[in-house]
Amino acid sequence: MQLFFFYLFSLITLSGAVLVVAHPNTLSSAMSLIVSLFGVACLFVLLAAPFVATMQLLLYAGAIMVLFIFVIMLLNPSTNRLVKRLSFGGLLGILISSYLAVILVLRVVSFNKPEEVAISSDYGSLREVGQLLFSTYLVPFEVTSLLLLVAIIGAVVLGRQSLPGGRS
Amino acid sequence: MISLVHYLIVSILLFCIGVAGFLCRRNALVLFMSVELMLNAANLAFITFARFQGNPSGSVIAFFVMVVAAAEVAVGLAILVLVFKNRSSVDVNEISLMKG
Repeated sequence: MQLFFFYLFSLITLSGAVLVVAHPNTLSSAMSLIVSLFGVACLFVLLAAPFVATMQLLLYAGAIMVLFIFVIMLLNPSTNRLVKRLSFGGLLGILISSYLAVILVLRVVSFNKPEEVAISSDYGSLREVGQLLFSTYLVPFEVTSLLLLVAIIGAVVLGRQSLPGGRS
Repeated sequence: MISLVHYLIVSILLFCIGVAGFLCRRNALVLFMSVELMLNAANLAFITFARFQGNPSGSVIAFFVMVVAAAEVAVGLAILVLVFKNRSSVDVNEISLMKG
């Protein structure tokens, strides 16, 4: 049963990802990205990490993808030109990435397969992650909040109508 | 039973699809989405190793990766809107003013 769900979610994730890359329409790419991220969230649930799965859905589907779709609607770039044929560079890109995939998969398959370790029922819950976040990883957590502040300031400065001292 | 290798292969394939998209597509928005795919592949690997070692620190690291992705997208899309205002295109081939 678990194996079935694993293959189902993997299929959702990977087909969504392929559509993101291959679809000529940007908005459809964004929709496929949502599907792919949802599949990843389901895989997180299978891996006993419900907190991260929830954050994945909230952060990506709720925040990042809304931003993406908003910008796509704002710019509407897909109507500008038809999609060009695959260039030499694009072909090279596909070759490089498939070579990378083959190397990595061959390396990983040669691992000796470790068994799933027994985990407590508390594993991956909000309580356990929160305790780690505010004890062991307190400093990175605070740095993260600083990073978000800097990103907000950067986005606001960039998004202003006129740059100070520059062209409008 | 599903082993570590299964999840890692999904993660690798997701990452390589992201790499292929980043190298092939010329639309800057799709490039950002490919970066998101790669970050998600990394997250999946983190969570997988965390699960198979019984160590919940992986969840925390994945959380940090998500926050960094959010910050990156916010600033990147703001820059993209400005670029579109100036050049009315999001094709990265046409944004080559600083190319030597």
